[in-house]
Amino acid sequence: MTAAQAWDVSELQGSPKRHRREAIVRGTVFSAAALSILISVLIVYALLFEALSFMREVDWSTTWGQLGWFPRRNIFDLPTILVATFSVTAIAMLVATPLGLAAAIYLSEYANPRARRVLKPILEILAGIPSVVLGYFALRFIAPNIVSNLFSGAAPANLAAAGIGVGFLTIPLIASISEDALAAVPRSLREASSGLGARKISTTMRVVLPAALSGLTAAFIVAVSRAIGETMVVFIAGGAADSALRSFDPLEPGLTMTAAMASVASGTDNVAGEGPAFQSLFFVGLLLFAMTLVLNLIADRFVRRFRQEY
Amino acid sequence: MAAPSIPTAGSGAATGDILAGLKKKVDVGGTLFRLSLFLSLLVSLLVLVVLVSQVLVDGWPVLTTRFGDFLTTGLGSQPEISGIAQGLRGTFYLCLIVAVVAFPLGVGAAIYLEEYAPSNRLTNFIDINIRNLAGVPSVVYGILGLTIFVKGVGIGAITGGSTPLAAGLTLSALVLPVVIITTAESIRAVPQPLKEAGYGVGATQWEVIKDHVLPYAAPGILTGTLLSIARAAGEAAPLILVGTTTGFLTNIPAWWDVSQVRERFTAMPIIITTWARQPQDGFKVDGAAAAIVVLILFVVLLNSAAILLRNRFEKKRDA
Repeated sequence: MTAAQAWDVSELQGSPKRHRREAIVRGTVFSAAALSILISVLIVYALLFEALSFMREVDWSTTWGQLGWFPRRNIFDLPTILVATFSVTAIAMLVATPLGLAAAIYLSEYANPRARRVLKPILEILAGIPSVVLGYFALRFIAPNIVSNLFSGAAPANLAAAGIGVGFLTIPLIASISEDALAAVPRSLREASSGLGARKISTTMRVVLPAALSGLTAAFIVAVSRAIGETMVVFIAGGAADSALRSFDPLEPGLTMTAAMASVASGTDNVAGEGPAFQSLFFVGLLLFAMTLVLNLIADRFVRRFRQEY
Repeated sequence: MAAPSIPTAGSGAATGDILAGLKKKVDVGGTLFRLSLFLSLLVSLLVLVVLVSQVLVDGWPVLTTRFGDFLTTGLGSQPEISGIAQGLRGTFYLCLIVAVVAFPLGVGAAIYLEEYAPSNRLTNFIDINIRNLAGVPSVVYGILGLTIFVKGVGIGAITGGSTPLAAGLTLSALVLPVVIITTAESIRAVPQPLKEAGYGVGATQWEVIKDHVLPYAAPGILTGTLLSIARAAGEAAPLILVGTTTGFLTNIPAWWDVSQVRERFTAMPIIITTWARQPQDGFKVDGAAAAIVVLILFVVLLNSAAILLRNRFEKKRDA
């Protein structure tokens, strides 16, 4: 009895040394997590600072209705790079959506575990190929052997080839997000469909795909965002050095928003420079950031809806 | 009395019809569908095969006649005598910096989010923020690097401007969200009873994390980190923005000379980009392709290590 009474509350709290260590660890890992917020803040700051001075100083008549994008002559025709970005993204999606989705359906609905083990790494290796390599491939193979064969009169280096290259790059992305979406569809739905006598193809097309629709939509939006932000393929294979004429024809050379940024940054008066040409880099970057952010937030919403359903 | 129900020729045919009706019909549409799905998957394989053969064919002259020199000589004005020595060093140090910076920060952040974070608004905000950071285009990270790590007040003086240090920090910021997300997934997969056993014998939270959670999640964490380093090795857009040298570099520092992290530098993806945009075939075709072979070998090596690691542990856990 007396021994029990001798216990003091402080003695039951454990050693202060362990408590201190816990607090230190907690603080350290919290700062690591909080750093991600700092990075976001710094990105916005880095973009806004120079982009705002571009917006203050630029002659806005040079940003619309011009012949093209000629930053060194202070002509910043935004439609030129927006149209090019749109063409490349559209072509990339035309290539990547059917191929990526089909791969996902096969892996999720048809392939047995052994086939999966062999086939899945193909997509994983493709996902690991650096974009500069795809750029080289677009320039050396896709442009002369695919685009020129399909469409006569294509320029030796053109946006269509770059778009196909970007498409190959986004196949694994679409495939992996879609596969996750398909795998999350409850087995019971498939069994109910089969039980009613539906063929496998009917089950897949009429039950599984509609059930996974919000996840598949998210995959598509994420891929669009990725294609808009892809830089190196267009920079290498797009065929334009540091300026481009406005053109709605993807068989012509062109500059996307990202390639225009890379061109300004790699020019002779690159990062040391000042003036509107240099600042246009930040303005285009801000536009790009805003576009991809909106797309990513929408995709996030679709993923969330999907998670709620199942 | 006739033996009961000996099937006559006629009734036999009837049963046969019924059986035939029950037998699976050849599902032509389904088979074609399945086949086209499979072929779509094979297109990706075909792309890989054609890509690799194109690069090998283009790079063959360099790879077979002067590969040793190609690895050990520096950039030059003539394609025949140009090599990738500086690019190899640049990429090596970039990967090293990413491993040293992004790995501990990423694992730390993931530990906080999975083990410590209360479920409140701040946590939710950090979570959304990280997922959005993962979707920010790499070229935008280049702007971050240029403004903060190259020219930032104070930081620029430490990194020395457009150097591997500045570029490495930029790439670390780029891969950090991916490291956090993959690590968080691995930590989430650790079975609850494992942790409870730890708490049951009186371990503190950090002791449970250090001795049970992290060892269990280690293969997943390592896989994610290796993939991130491979991604960083292949990134070119942020490097262009931070001002990686696309022209000439005169000296080739020794491999172990750490002071080069504060010097002007170049990296493999930048050499490939610069050469691919040159007019002469010696650079544009032969040189760029040979450099690509080296870069792909490096990246594929890291990727396969990651995939092997994951498969091996998945098998072990299943058993």
